[in-house]
Amino acid sequence: MKSVLIPALLLATPALAQDRVLTVYAGDSVTSEWGPGPAIEEGFEAICDCDLQFVTGDVLPRILMEGAGTQADIVFGLNTDMTARARASGLFAPHGQDTSDLSLPIAWEDDIFLPYNWGETAFVYDSTRLENPPASFAELLEAEDISIVIQDPRSSVSGLAMLLWVKSVYGDQAGEAWAKLAPKVLTVTRGWSESYGLFTDGEADMVLSYTTSPAYHIAAEEDDTKRAAIFPEGHYFMAELVAQVAGTDQPELAQAFMDWVLTPDFQATIPLANWSLPAKLPQADWPQVMRDLPRPDKTLFLSEDEAEALRAPALDEWQRAFR
Amino acid sequence: MAAGLPLSIGHAIAGALAALILGTLAAVAWVAGGLSGLTEWDLRAVWFTLWQAALSATLSAALAVPVARALARRRFRGRGLLVTLLGAPFILPVIVAVLGLIAIFGRNGALNGALEALGLPAIGIYGWQGVILAHVFFNLPLSVRLILQGWQAIPAERFRLAASLDFAPRDIARHLERPMLRGVLPGVWLAVFLVCLTSFTVALALGGGPRATTVELAIYQAFRFDFDLGRAAALGMVQIAICIGAAALAARVAVPAGFGAGLDAVGGPPAPGGWRRLADAAVITAAAVFLLAPLISVAATGLPRLTGLPPEVWDAALRSIAMAVTSALLSSGAALALALTIARGGARWVEAAGMLPLIASPLVLGTGLFILLRGTVTPQQMALPVTALINAAMALPFALRALIPAARALEQDYGQLAASLDLRGWARLRLLVLPRLARPLGFGAGLAAALAMGDLGVITLFAGDRPTLPLMLYQLMNGYRMADAAACALLLMGLSLGLFWMFDRGGRRDA
Repeated sequence: MKSVLIPALLLATPALAQDRVLTVYAGDSVTSEWGPGPAIEEGFEAICDCDLQFVTGDVLPRILMEGAGTQADIVFGLNTDMTARARASGLFAPHGQDTSDLSLPIAWEDDIFLPYNWGETAFVYDSTRLENPPASFAELLEAEDISIVIQDPRSSVSGLAMLLWVKSVYGDQAGEAWAKLAPKVLTVTRGWSESYGLFTDGEADMVLSYTTSPAYHIAAEEDDTKRAAIFPEGHYFMAELVAQVAGTDQPELAQAFMDWVLTPDFQATIPLANWSLPAKLPQADWPQVMRDLPRPDKTLFLSEDEAEALRAPALDEWQRAFR
Repeated sequence: MAAGLPLSIGHAIAGALAALILGTLAAVAWVAGGLSGLTEWDLRAVWFTLWQAALSATLSAALAVPVARALARRRFRGRGLLVTLLGAPFILPVIVAVLGLIAIFGRNGALNGALEALGLPAIGIYGWQGVILAHVFFNLPLSVRLILQGWQAIPAERFRLAASLDFAPRDIARHLERPMLRGVLPGVWLAVFLVCLTSFTVALALGGGPRATTVELAIYQAFRFDFDLGRAAALGMVQIAICIGAAALAARVAVPAGFGAGLDAVGGPPAPGGWRRLADAAVITAAAVFLLAPLISVAATGLPRLTGLPPEVWDAALRSIAMAVTSALLSSGAALALALTIARGGARWVEAAGMLPLIASPLVLGTGLFILLRGTVTPQQMALPVTALINAAMALPFALRALIPAARALEQDYGQLAASLDLRGWARLRLLVLPRLARPLGFGAGLAAALAMGDLGVITLFAGDRPTLPLMLYQLMNGYRMADAAACALLLMGLSLGLFWMFDRGGRRDA
């Protein structure tokens, strides 16, 4: 028994000696084998002389419940439309990065939450099934015989983004816009993956997804029939964010992580692991497939306060349209 | 006092269950600092939840009667296999089942393809009708199995007596079958009603929009998007109130049949010939097509990529199997103790406690446990044990529903004999209880294992970094890998079914 144990202990020693542990709370889609998590862990551990440990789960509700006693040093994968409540908790510390030259279509002035990727909402269609896709949001509203699947704004971040998208385009007329859209909505799913599955199964003509979704099909499946319909009214901006916890017991490590997020080392892994656009990387360094994607001319984005104020009334409006 | 030991265990388990369900709810309300008021939309959700659950339960129970009767009185090759397979939808992971249903009934599905070829108008699955269809798909198998057990519980001697009295099928129905149904159906209806009450993903995938919002979704919204724990707790209480109301109603309607003991002779109800033979064949065929076509479609879609699945998926499969077996053993052990207590005339609250997990919101349960365990253990260490425990609790009501009638019959038919022989304790358990209750016990354990297998980490708050198989399925979908996800769905379906079959078969060795 001893002879087996000793080599095992010796092997384990390097990891045990690692008393510097950076605890990162992240969503399930981040830490998955098919998300950016594994590359992040490997990349940061290569430079930090530490052990990066992901804790998977519902990040925001969990940290709000844990409050100041949280074990988290870093919170990874918050969404732009949820920052108001995260900020109000007072649990997060400034990121300390220069955000004046990010590769985003909007100016980023938040000193707490740092974007690491971005994209825009868009309706994705299959060009073999929908030969004449609507060329604008207005055309979509008037189109006949088009079926779409969307996500529920009460359970999904992309669904909420669509709510704010419609609000940004139509303002006070958002209710009427939804009333025109509602008959085309085949169904409303809990999350993005169910919607996308329905779309790829051929159930609906268009699915609420992202401008970057076609990149996956082109890069991984050599399929260029999946396309995002680009609307001149603009597309709604979504970014995923990272922040460090103010009460962290590893302030140096946490800061080192924040410093690393915008480096090319990290940013270059984003496009093909996350199927979204990097927050700070010159377009010339994007993978060809991302550079070739059609880009909207106009990007819409509501400030945190506007989004928070509009959320409840817009949700009410949305529910009424489907009543 | 022959029953002393299991009786106290039964009470202890009932108490622990009630504490788990109500305690977690209280913890959520406590952290929230009280309950919040409900909105207009919450009340709409309550109304939709109620009527869809009532309609789903009524349809499932009504459709299950002819299927169960046909299966009870016909013998044919592959009947045993068919009975097992027909149970499959109930134990399917919801997302897998929804994908299967859409492949058959969806806009692009096989049924609409056939209708189009015949020049008939297409049918739409999205809307309340889709929710009901899916609920019947899930719950018809459960109803058939529970009712079939009712038929099998009528001793063969009664049917032989009926035959010697020259009973026509109508007389058998009146004197034997209807009293049996009177005893069994209310429980079946209640079980299905309660399952549909906490429905979440089905309504969201097939409901067609926010009209089909259930209470469970409203709870999810309160947690995830409003972080309003008070409203979540208030909605959780509404769910429990509905459950208690429904249980009281069902208990008033149910009348135990009491057919007396038989010699366990093989042979079910007589099999009338003529048009009834054809009708039975048609009923069995229709049920088999309805329940199996979606499964076949899942299998056909997933098969090509099955062998190419990445190793992480197989690791997750092993983890899920270990967790499911643990859940099954916990759940069936607890259900047995409860059923024996109830059969000996244990207090009404014991049965109510046994049914409580059915209506507990998994979200409230998970959040409550998280609050209660906070500070004592790290959630990621507890991920698998907590998931196993919660799944055991969640599956318990089904095991209990199958066990109670059998335990009551056991008590009525053999209780006095056992007492007169002074059979008690472990000897009673080993010689009388386990052999007599093996069938429902195996069925219950199989259900628990399969439900735990398909569970989507009841609670994302406890999620560890080692995902279970259903979580893996979502991760694949989230990574756009729909073909791998289809293969993963097939694996999940196969494992759920395999585990169920193993336990169920174990209990039916003599069948």
